[in-house]
Amino acid sequence: MKTATLSAEAPPATAAAPETLKPAASKAADGVWAMVGRANLRPVLVGFVSIALFVLVWRFLTVNRIDLYVRFMNVPSPDDVLESAKTALSSAQFADHVLMSCRRILYGFTLAAVVAVPLGLLMGRFKLLSEIVFPVAEVMRPIPAIAWVPMSIMLWPTNEQSIVFITFLGSFFPILLNTLHGMANVDPVLVRAARCLGASEAATFREVYLPATLPQIFTGLTVGMGVAWVSLIAAEMISGQFGIGYFTWEAYSLVQYPDIALGMITIGVLGLASSWAIRLIGRLAMPWSAK
Amino acid sequence: MTAVSPLPADVPAASPYADRPKGRIEITDFSLRYDGANGPMDAVSDVSLTVEPGEFVSIIGPSGCGKSTLLNALAGFLKPTSGVVRVDGKPIEGPSADRGMIFQQYSLFPWKTVRQNVEFGLKMKGMEASERKRAARTLLGLAGLLPFENHYPDKLSGGMKQRVGIVRALATGPRILLLDEPFGALDAQTRLIMQQILTNMWQRLKISVLFVTHDIDEAIFLSDRIYVMTARPGTIKAEIAVPLPRPRQPAVIMSSEFLALRRGLMSLIREESLKAMGGEINADALLGLGANFDGHDLSRAL
Repeated sequence: MKTATLSAEAPPATAAAPETLKPAASKAADGVWAMVGRANLRPVLVGFVSIALFVLVWRFLTVNRIDLYVRFMNVPSPDDVLESAKTALSSAQFADHVLMSCRRILYGFTLAAVVAVPLGLLMGRFKLLSEIVFPVAEVMRPIPAIAWVPMSIMLWPTNEQSIVFITFLGSFFPILLNTLHGMANVDPVLVRAARCLGASEAATFREVYLPATLPQIFTGLTVGMGVAWVSLIAAEMISGQFGIGYFTWEAYSLVQYPDIALGMITIGVLGLASSWAIRLIGRLAMPWSAK
Repeated sequence: MTAVSPLPADVPAASPYADRPKGRIEITDFSLRYDGANGPMDAVSDVSLTVEPGEFVSIIGPSGCGKSTLLNALAGFLKPTSGVVRVDGKPIEGPSADRGMIFQQYSLFPWKTVRQNVEFGLKMKGMEASERKRAARTLLGLAGLLPFENHYPDKLSGGMKQRVGIVRALATGPRILLLDEPFGALDAQTRLIMQQILTNMWQRLKISVLFVTHDIDEAIFLSDRIYVMTARPGTIKAEIAVPLPRPRQPAVIMSSEFLALRRGLMSLIREESLKAMGGEINADALLGLGANFDGHDLSRAL
């Protein structure tokens, strides 16, 4: 047992509680690594096995051209996809598609966050503003971003702007609603405590409402990032000339089936990486919530 | 673990407490009415009370008697329907760091470390970062909390959170400390220790304290005077002086003076608690609890 050295040093049970609160750097570090080793190794291993199994099943179905009502005859095998990935990764064109999509996400999503977070905070604080904005938001919210494509093309001078706009719309509402929800759940005792300590209205907003709402804001950002990708890909497939969504759709039109799968996997990886990035920023922004 | 190192007798001149012997609370004819489901309700009516500078006064009463309402008015969160709340002769106009408040719910900011929590009031006063850090560290050192200065409140026990809360409220040098059942959520042992810490701080800082509780022992142990409130609408039913000498040791609760005070307060409170419960328990029901079934036990009689 790896923790044997730790438990041997541990003081008697009565003194154990305060002991755990003291910063015991070296001992704690050993313990943490032992825990990481034990707790994280298994899920990682299982994860690898699970993905390997998925690829194996995919390979089996496609190589043998299985036809069980669902038809796998034209579906590219993992080997085909790997092959097309090799060519794609060495071509500048593919990288351009990826970069284009990333740039649109960055613009659309950042814009949505910059508008929706302050708006949500202010709506949570000032009832009148909420009463004005909320009805409009409620009507707009159920409209899927893809339904905005024709309108967006009319609204904006360039194709590029309309795609960014659709990405913006997709992530805007989840961010706004989560921020609002977070504001509604701020503990009133904390607000009163701040006021008793001499905090002005502005200081209370900055020091209490904002940090108290941060966890919900980051939930909104994570959800918003997911919806941003959904909206972006849809918009690119319909009206794009570049981007990974366009790449995927074009592959279908040009009967380059392995590229379809390559496009899909790329979208998956990009989506995963961006939500992982948000979670990382969240952890940096909220050190108190670290377990 | 909770021993507080004694403060040097001569408090440095820089201390916010050095030149302020004031902190007189004066509540005159205070009434508060609010619109309930069945029309306007009187939460508190015609309460007058005073706390002299440096005095420790408790308000005790059944739940829902408006004790907290009074404190919230003093803190500046509520405006009385009629009457005046004055501190040092000036009517209260809103919350201020002059009146520190401690709540039953732990009200530390979870996103701030212990030290940042203590620094908060000083930051609001515009004190420079390095200066307020030093001030907060000094206070935390006095309270024996320095080893935890970089912990987030999440990691602290309930008693420790409340100690940080007290230190935080005292950091800005308030003239008055308002406590709303601050130890209500703590276990009995921790509560005793917290009471000692509070008396200790109060005696050294010479501030006025208004302490709301429903715990009779706590009120007697801590206070110079106790106001007993009636059930809703809350009024002052009695004002009781506690002549026990200070400093008080925990053993004082065994003394005959303490027990006599306790007996008196118990009967005052009991009447009001029964009234507060309204139709739930009447005198007959209580008689029933002591009913005698000719020597048989209750289960047999049933």
